[in-house]
Amino acid sequence: MFTPERRAILAASLLLALTVGASRAETPNLGKPLDEAAIANWDISILPDGAGLPKGSGTAAKGAAIYAEKCSACHGDNGKGGLSAALVDDRQNTQIAGISASQKTIKSFWPYSTTIFDFIRRAMPFQQPRSLTDDEVYALTAYILAENKLIGAGDTMDAQTLPKVKMPNRDNFVIRFPDRI
Amino acid sequence: MATSRDRDARGKALEAVAGNGLIDRRALLGRGMVLAGAMSAGVGSAAAGAEPLADDPWSLEVGESTPPYQVPSKFEAKVARTLSNPNNEPRNSHARTPHHLLAGTTTPNGLHFTINHGGVPTIDPDKHRLVIHGLVKQPLEFTLEALSRYPMTSRVSFIECGGNSAPMFSPEAMQENVQAIHGLVSCAEWTGVMLSTLLEETGIDPRAKWFVAEGADSPHLSRSVPVKKALDDAMIALYQNGERLMPGNGYPMRLLLPGYEGNMNVKFLRRIKLVEQPAMSVYEARTYSQILPNGKAYQFYFLQEVKSFITSPSLGATLKGPGLYEISGIAYSGTGRIEKVMVSADGGQSWAQAALQEPVLSKAFTRFRMPWRWNGGPATLQSRAWDEAGNVQPTRAEFVAARGELTKPPPVLGFPNQHYNSITSWGVASNGEVKHVYA
Repeated sequence: MFTPERRAILAASLLLALTVGASRAETPNLGKPLDEAAIANWDISILPDGAGLPKGSGTAAKGAAIYAEKCSACHGDNGKGGLSAALVDDRQNTQIAGISASQKTIKSFWPYSTTIFDFIRRAMPFQQPRSLTDDEVYALTAYILAENKLIGAGDTMDAQTLPKVKMPNRDNFVIRFPDRI
Repeated sequence: MATSRDRDARGKALEAVAGNGLIDRRALLGRGMVLAGAMSAGVGSAAAGAEPLADDPWSLEVGESTPPYQVPSKFEAKVARTLSNPNNEPRNSHARTPHHLLAGTTTPNGLHFTINHGGVPTIDPDKHRLVIHGLVKQPLEFTLEALSRYPMTSRVSFIECGGNSAPMFSPEAMQENVQAIHGLVSCAEWTGVMLSTLLEETGIDPRAKWFVAEGADSPHLSRSVPVKKALDDAMIALYQNGERLMPGNGYPMRLLLPGYEGNMNVKFLRRIKLVEQPAMSVYEARTYSQILPNGKAYQFYFLQEVKSFITSPSLGATLKGPGLYEISGIAYSGTGRIEKVMVSADGGQSWAQAALQEPVLSKAFTRFRMPWRWNGGPATLQSRAWDEAGNVQPTRAEFVAARGELTKPPPVLGFPNQHYNSITSWGVASNGEVKHVYA
């Protein structure tokens, strides 16, 4: 027979064993703890609501100059396309017709303006990714949006204004397998 | 000595089970006997007058020295990937698997398809780190050395680019081989640490519904993945068919999401951030959203659905006269195991069940085989797969009705749309030539 005291200890260790067994298999714990400040330089994900957008701002006028210097060699004069995709769609009617991906221009297809900032900052220019300042990325984003007539020519893009830009095709998406999310 | 019962069984096995010469798949079990039986009639006459066997030169001299890392025979040089960007111009680089030259279910590492969006990075494994942060209780950084001490899992999994088979959106069958059409899918055994194990250590904030995975390559490729997948079967893969990952496949570590669109299996993985909502990175917001005939577009397709295609015979092959052939191909599904594969030699008028090579693994290549006696006339070869969840590979008509087709043939290297999984048809002409057809 166990004394009440021993029984309590046994019950406690059994509970501990069950808890450990059920929710937390023993793992090596070899990860090095970091704080978000240490990760900040890598943390370049921008969410559609603007979360993650850095300080800074830019206008189309500033963006035009940066574009001519660092982007036009591949994307063509004024974003009309060249070796790489066109960034500006000046068709009157940008309605999707047919299933070809050639219609997936920023203006006709992209659902969120934040994607432009996110992609430029992480991947462009192709030969020197991560070389642009945040102000330059805002300016290029403003330039592309303004050339596509999605914002006014003088509008400033920053962490507050960019997520508010309404993209024309935003509501035309259907989640393929909702149960997988 | 063969008994009369054996002969009856053999005769039955050789019976046609569907139109245009398909033979019961059970004939494959006793294939040696079947072939011996089929050939025996001509043995006497053909054998007379044959050249006496002589020793070949390689049998009379000492061979080459043994290399530390062996590569295929020089006679196999044509078994190679085809490259979309051999000079590394500033754009994506695709390398396609030559399925028509391979057998079995494992893609050799040197032939595994790759797509890279800014060249293949040269990553020092001792300096590479994986950071997990965002909506976690404790952000953590893992080195390769640290991960190498974690409990490992091995699983065989196919990876398929969401844009694989895109030439089949063409309104007419493009005369391209199985490598050009279906070369952006491969299958390997991946070994690594389950992502759920690492998330147990970081802890998960209940608000986290997605994670953003990001690579250390120059475009810092990033994709959003539901946390649901992380807790199901997502792996941080460190090994590919037993050796460290190939550089083009994500060395030194990649995300493996069995059954999900290749692009989501982020290579050179350096960061995982848990978040409440998807980031709508360019690859999910634009590239891997599929325009539908009604002008809307699918978003978050993720799944590579049930699919199969015949690899032999296929375009580029020429049959050398009537007789017995083996139709062989690959089937797979992002949903689970392949349940069955049906084969037709008459363009879908009649079907017979193919033999499946064991083991049939979930979300992995399954090799199917079908004995076929070609009578020398026109034939249209097709395969159609079912998975264990009851999903069936659509016919081309069904697929086009739901997803549409282009108005004119696309460039063969283009990606006009994605997630094509309908039936592939190979037309065999009377001269033995194999073409791509729609049937």
